[in-house]
Parts: sequence; structure tokens; C-alpha cells
Amino acid sequence: MSRASKICAVIDYGMGNLHSAHGALQTVAPDTQVLVTGDPDVIRRADHVVLPGVGAIRDCMAEIRRQGIDEVVREVAKTKPLLGICVGLQALMTHSEENGGVDCMNFFPGQVRYFGDDLTENGERLKVPHMGWNTVSQVAHPIWTGIADNSRFYFVHSYHVKADNPEQVKGHGHYGVDFAAAMGEDNVFAVQFHPEKSHNAGLALLKNFLSWDGQA
Amino acid sequence: MALAKRIIPCLDVDKGRVVKGVNFVGIRDAGDPVEIAKRYNDQGADEITFLDITASHEERETTVHMVEAIAEQVFIPLTVGGGIRELVDIRNMLNAGADKVSINSAAVYNPEFVKAAADKFGSQCIVVAIDAKQVGDNHWEIFTHGGRKPTGINAVEWAIKMADFGAGEILLTSMDRDGVKTGFDLGVTKAISDAINIPVIASGGVGNLEHLVDGVKLGGADAVLAASIFHFGEYTVQQAKQHMADAGIEMRL
Repeated sequence: MSRASKICAVIDYGMGNLHSAHGALQTVAPDTQVLVTGDPDVIRRADHVVLPGVGAIRDCMAEIRRQGIDEVVREVAKTKPLLGICVGLQALMTHSEENGGVDCMNFFPGQVRYFGDDLTENGERLKVPHMGWNTVSQVAHPIWTGIADNSRFYFVHSYHVKADNPEQVKGHGHYGVDFAAAMGEDNVFAVQFHPEKSHNAGLALLKNFLSWDGQA
Repeated sequence: MALAKRIIPCLDVDKGRVVKGVNFVGIRDAGDPVEIAKRYNDQGADEITFLDITASHEERETTVHMVEAIAEQVFIPLTVGGGIRELVDIRNMLNAGADKVSINSAAVYNPEFVKAAADKFGSQCIVVAIDAKQVGDNHWEIFTHGGRKPTGINAVEWAIKMADFGAGEILLTSMDRDGVKTGFDLGVTKAISDAINIPVIASGGVGNLEHLVDGVKLGGADAVLAASIFHFGEYTVQQAKQHMADAGIEMRL
């Protein structure tokens, strides 16, 4: 006998709106039970786990630590497919220079840096935040299955990931500087953009994640 | 490959229904916001903006339900403006599934509100809407009450201040051009876009697809917002994007 349905836990640690993430996941996998939850037991029981995040890293990390989410994430990261989104990716890095410097979970070695106030491309000034649809150059990974290379995803961020280990970069972004748009290691995958707001390409990515067994 | 410029269809809603002339071929009830949002989503809109014109605070609850219904089915960024006066208004819209809120007159009456909002929810979801009118050579002023009430505030200086206060984006509407279909006010668009380091959405005056091109190429806008050219099926969002791409603008096609 197989269990009735798979469970996807979207980790709720009080940092913003999880409506879209929940809706998008539920849309691509109607048979999966998508639960928005901060309950460590539910998260441990889930088959797939999503770590979202919006807003400032200091507040996010403070809540992640206060609620013991970092412990659960560390545990989950060893055992089941985990998807980090936006600040959820940044929280998995070593350190962010936002808010005067914040230590993060150090799952992926690397830094989170500000784009800068004088960002340019071919002499043209670039606005910060990096807001809108930009291309991602893919590095082979099951999560990209069926999604055309250089598809556009929706970004909104002022800080970007510089990975120490280039092997862990699974998607390259560029906005004045090169940055990591996607990171991956074993059963963990994390993206800087918002798949839940990225129309068909984003929905395809979420669908791939929910059918992924965590093997790269 | 670079960041794409955005096209944002805008809808006026009253008590959770789309009002002010939306007339697609093939939709029986043109007032259903979910259907209209889906239509624009399918056409490749990069975002959708709703302007809530509901008069009373109590009835705004229906707008919240509308946003919930749309957010469940449309997976591109949603912005809601109109009637955002307190932090709780922002929280309600974000909880319902909006990705950004647009603050207009409340910012004029109390600029600190923008600061508080950005601190609390992050700049990425705070859009400040500026309604500007030309009052002299290279001089634009902020007007409130649908363009009727002058404030004496210089529009360019105001945009700089709002960016400093934590706005993540500026939605700039030319009150001289709104509904006139003669194109954006490129002077004020360029002046503000050059003066600040956050994205500027040009709005007001779009009558044809070349106006959209001008907004980006001559006005320096990062995104263009339009209503009527899409509402009556004159052009699809897809056609508009193709036209802009053909003009050499980076678009998501």
C-alpha cells in the first residue's frame, strides 16, 4: 500500500506572503498535499521541502534561528529534496553583506553581495534592485528538464550570490556582474529568482522539483 | 541577453470587479478580474497592476478576495494600488497574494509612511505612484485627487526623496496625458528616470505601440504601463512586445 499522497512543506517562518508559492506548487501537482507550515515535525515528514524568503536577510535569519528552522533545514538537506527561493537561497550561503553583515547557514560556501549604486553595462547605468525578467544560463541538472536554456525568470533583488565553489552553480545570471542564479548540491537546489512568479518556465521548474528524487 | 523591459497592463477595479471599459472579444462578462488577468497572463504580460477605486474602506474586503482568487491562478507579479494608507492595508494585500502595493496620496500626506512600509515589508514590494503635471518648462508638479489638486511639490525632487525613503520602484503617471492617447510625457519620464537609481514605470497617454517604444528609448523607462490599448482588443500584449522587440528593445517573448 502506498501512502495516499505526497506532502510538500513550504516553510513558514513569518517572513511574508507564501500564497503564491503555495498556489503555484498546488497548481503543478494537484495530487500533492502542499502545506504552508512552521511545524518542524510536519517539515520532517514531508517528501519535498521549500524554503522561501522575502525582505531583509537580518530579519529572515533572526526568525530562522529563533524558530529553530536552521536545524530542521540542515536535517532536511541531508535527506530529501529541498528548494530554496530568493532570500531562501541567500540564507543557505555563508554570509551576506546586507544589514551591515549577517552570518547565514553556510550550506553553500559563498558570499551575498550588494549590486552597488554605480552598476553599469556597456556604459549604460543599471537600476538596483535587479527587477524583472532575466535569462538564466543553465548547468545540466534534473530541475531544468524541459525548460529551454536561457529562459527568462522573474527576479527582484538588490543582493546577489557569489559562490566559492563554481561546481555548485547550476544557473548563471548576469546583471552588470555575473552572479549565481541557481545553486545545487546533492538533494538541495536553490534559486535567486521567483519560480512561483515566472509564468510557464517557473511552473515547469516547480513541477520538476516535485517529481525530483534528489539525485543530481 | 539582458534584463527585459516590462509591459504591464493596468485594470481599474471597484469592489472586486473590473470597471472602466474592458471589452475583450470572447469574454462574455468583461468585469471578471480573474478572467481578464488570465487573459493578459496568457498573452505574455510581464506583470499586472490593479488600481482599486473602491470608495469605502469596508468594501475593500472584496478587493482582497479578488486578489486572492487571481493569485491562485496567475503566476506573474501582481501590484495593487489605490487606498493603501496604512501598514495594515499593505499587509492585507500582500497576504492576499499581491507582490507589490502602490502608494500614492498617502505618501504625499505622510512621506514617513513610505519609510515605515519599506522597513517593514522590504523595498521590493513598495511602489510609489506619482501623478505629475507640467507646470512650466522642464518643471512638473505632483497633483492629487485625480489631477485636480496641486501640491506645490516638484515631481523630480519628490521621486528622489521617495527613492531615498525606500521605494523600490516609481510608477509615474502624466496627468496631462492620461487618457489622451498622444503618448507618454517623455520629458518628465526621462527627468525622473535619470535622477533616480530605482526602476521607473511610465504611464499615461499610450495610444499606439510606437508610444511604448518611445517610453523606453526616449523616456528611459524600465517598464511601460497601459490600459485602454489592451482592454478593447486593439492590440494584444504579445503584439506590443513583438513591436518593442522589433525596435531593438530587450523583451521576454
